Amino acid sequence: MSQNEVDRSKRRFLIAATTAVGGVATVGVAVPFLASMMPSQRAKAAGAPVEVDIGKVEPGMILSVEWRGKPVWIVNRTKEMLDLLGKHDDQLADPKSEVEQQPAYCKNATRSIKPNMLVAVGICTHLGCSPTFRKDVGGDLGADWPGGFFCPCHGSRFDLAARVYKGVPAPTNLVIPPHKYLSDSRILVGEDSKGA
Amino acid sequence: MKKILFLVSLLASTMAFANTELQLDKAPIKLSDQASLQRGAKYFVNYCLSCHSAQAMRYNRLQDIGLTEQQIKDNLIFTGAKVGDTMVSSMSKKDAMAAFGAAPPDLSVISRSRGADYLYTYLRGFYRDETRATGWNNTVFDKVGMPHVLYELQGEQVLEVEKHGEHEVRKLVLAKPGKMSPAEFNGMVGDLVNYLAFMGEPMKATRMKLGVIVLLFLGVFFFVAYALKKEFWKDIH
Amino acid sequence: MNSLTNLLGWVDARFPLSKLWKEHLSEYYAPKNFNFWYFFGSLALLVLVIQIVSGIFLTMNYKPDAAYAFYSVEYIMRDVDWGWLIRYVHSTGASMFFVVVYLHMFRGLMYGSYRKPRELIWIFGMFIYLALMAEAFMGYLLPWGQMSYWGAQVIVNLFSAVPFVGPDLSVWIRGDYVISDATLNRFFAFHVIAVPIVLLGLVVAHIIALHEVGSNNPDGVEIKKHKDPVTHIPLDGIPFHPYYTVKDIVGVVVFLMVFSAIVFFAPDLGGYFIEDNNFIPADPLKTPPHIAPVWYFTPFYAVLRAVPPMFGSQFPGVIAMGVAVMIIFFLPWLDRGPVKSIRYRGPIYKTALALFVTSFLGLGYLGMQPVTPLFTLLSQIFTTIYLAFFILMPWYTKIDKCKPEPERVTG
Repeated sequence: MSQNEVDRSKRRFLIAATTAVGGVATVGVAVPFLASMMPSQRAKAAGAPVEVDIGKVEPGMILSVEWRGKPVWIVNRTKEMLDLLGKHDDQLADPKSEVEQQPAYCKNATRSIKPNMLVAVGICTHLGCSPTFRKDVGGDLGADWPGGFFCPCHGSRFDLAARVYKGVPAPTNLVIPPHKYLSDSRILVGEDSKGA
Repeated sequence: MKKILFLVSLLASTMAFANTELQLDKAPIKLSDQASLQRGAKYFVNYCLSCHSAQAMRYNRLQDIGLTEQQIKDNLIFTGAKVGDTMVSSMSKKDAMAAFGAAPPDLSVISRSRGADYLYTYLRGFYRDETRATGWNNTVFDKVGMPHVLYELQGEQVLEVEKHGEHEVRKLVLAKPGKMSPAEFNGMVGDLVNYLAFMGEPMKATRMKLGVIVLLFLGVFFFVAYALKKEFWKDIH
Repeated sequence: MNSLTNLLGWVDARFPLSKLWKEHLSEYYAPKNFNFWYFFGSLALLVLVIQIVSGIFLTMNYKPDAAYAFYSVEYIMRDVDWGWLIRYVHSTGASMFFVVVYLHMFRGLMYGSYRKPRELIWIFGMFIYLALMAEAFMGYLLPWGQMSYWGAQVIVNLFSAVPFVGPDLSVWIRGDYVISDATLNRFFAFHVIAVPIVLLGLVVAHIIALHEVGSNNPDGVEIKKHKDPVTHIPLDGIPFHPYYTVKDIVGVVVFLMVFSAIVFFAPDLGGYFIEDNNFIPADPLKTPPHIAPVWYFTPFYAVLRAVPPMFGSQFPGVIAMGVAVMIIFFLPWLDRGPVKSIRYRGPIYKTALALFVTSFLGLGYLGMQPVTPLFTLLSQIFTTIYLAFFILMPWYTKIDKCKPEPERVTG
């Protein structure tokens, strides 16, 4: 089996070409197989945006709805609650919402589109428990507790803009889901005007 | 050569299997005709979905035939379902059993089990038969439990049997015309069956398109692989 | 490059990687005269891989529950991204596995590949075939359509024809008095784990046995008889790698073209690969008017129906069917011909093989048809020829006028 030099380079080229085409084939087969592990149409339908009537949420009240299997809170904050929000920034880990836990349109002092209406995913950013709504000032959470959310699992605390306190296990503020107003009293959770 | 002949005969002998069935009319299936499919979808939700379900079919899949989610919501959903839901009938199984004696079958893949021609012939093959509880019988599905849902449109047919000695000729005759002319009615059933065929395999158009690309790619692969083989086998011969 | 060599050295000191590569590929010497028929071994391996991979992905979304199975398949077809492709690949793969295996077996039949010293390769191969039939049979129940259900019902009922223990046996197989959720669940277990493990083990054994004795070839002569006196390499042998690897790549590409053409343009292949009635959910109360097994089982199904019930029992037919399968195991000892390859056989063997192939295909066709007196008679004739091919083999191969075998392989 003697081969001359010309043969060798031609062979190298053909081997490279076959390997390349074979590689494309392998990737072409792998992509659909791996893509099949993404959420199915059923999962997507179940995770579709949820329309919520917020007209009946009185000031100071909370409404919890399910979106993608997670609780989403809608809190109608009173004037007093909103006034207290800016007064404890020194105790918060991320008072300016620098970490991207909210859509750009909710990166503001109240973390909401309309100042009074907070829409937040009620899942603690620590280990996934659902915090409880503790709106009353003071009480067992300390005299300076301005109202907020308290996670019973590991004691994480969040204020009424769903911002996390310093020195608790949860690392970041609660997530604000994409949402938009369909009318004054109806919101769509899970989709914003960008169509995301 | 002999080997190739052998393979061909092997294939041919498996293909020779033929179905001995009733004479069926050819359904005008055209899956690329979106207007026809959209009309068919409308007939389907109006006439079929009240008793039959299509539990494998999601409403939003109708985007494949050129409808937007909003159009689907506004024009095709009457059951209060969400656009991502599957087509579930408004009639419960129990009610259906009581009404027809048998639960109406799910229609998701009916076009794959029955074939489009069967459906096209069946839906046009109802005739008056007072011996049946529903008052209707069917040429391809004798003693069918389903009443003639489209009768207002088609009108009333009767079955005429002409005897030519041993030979029998069965013919459907329109006794009372309906709202549609026979041609219009055939067109309407054609659209409906076209839609049923689409619903039986919504991904069919995708797979055909992809198939062409895959085969072209494999054609390229063949030339490269064959050149490689030839180059190496120079050593042997 | 140097670090790569070092890594290989490190591995080789702990695991015989280079040794395995040499023994089975780069220094496995295969006869240089392989023809078209020698593609199907590597293709069978390819289909096995295709089935295992596509099967794993189907398992991620399939539900082995009588209440959900049928629509979970439709869920895969519609709601899972690319699920339709994975499902069609698996259903096409099932049929193509048998196409490839039947052609592979026919190759063995033509060139006497089962003869001494390759008896064990044949035996392992036959066990693979049996495992494959079990795998296909149980897998066919899973879509839970009417054909799945009634096909399984008919076949499992065959076991009840066994004298004395039959009825209990079939109940035990089903885990119920009819095919039911329990049956579906256990068939699923066998289909996805038990049988594939056995299949893989058998395939390894098949290849080890082959590489121990070396491959046969279209001339049916041993290439090991003539070795280079210095290197001890068979003079008519060429290293499997690169020569047969590059050749098999071509075979694989052509095969994939056929495979893709079916998957993308005719996945049910006119009702042969996926039967129409299997798009109707299983209904234990309504038998479809015409039940036929999938095409790869029909030759044996025809044998079963060819034998009339005797003494009020279906058992003789079941026996005949069993014999038709099991007799193939004994080929290495039934064939007494002085040559292996069809090229040097006499007219008797050639006629016998042609008759055998005709009757096998004929039975395959008849197994799909409804029973009529003419078809039953034909099935009986074909069954007789089929069995006679084996039973009379010791006699007719001995008296056949063979041509002399060449010393070395021809072109």
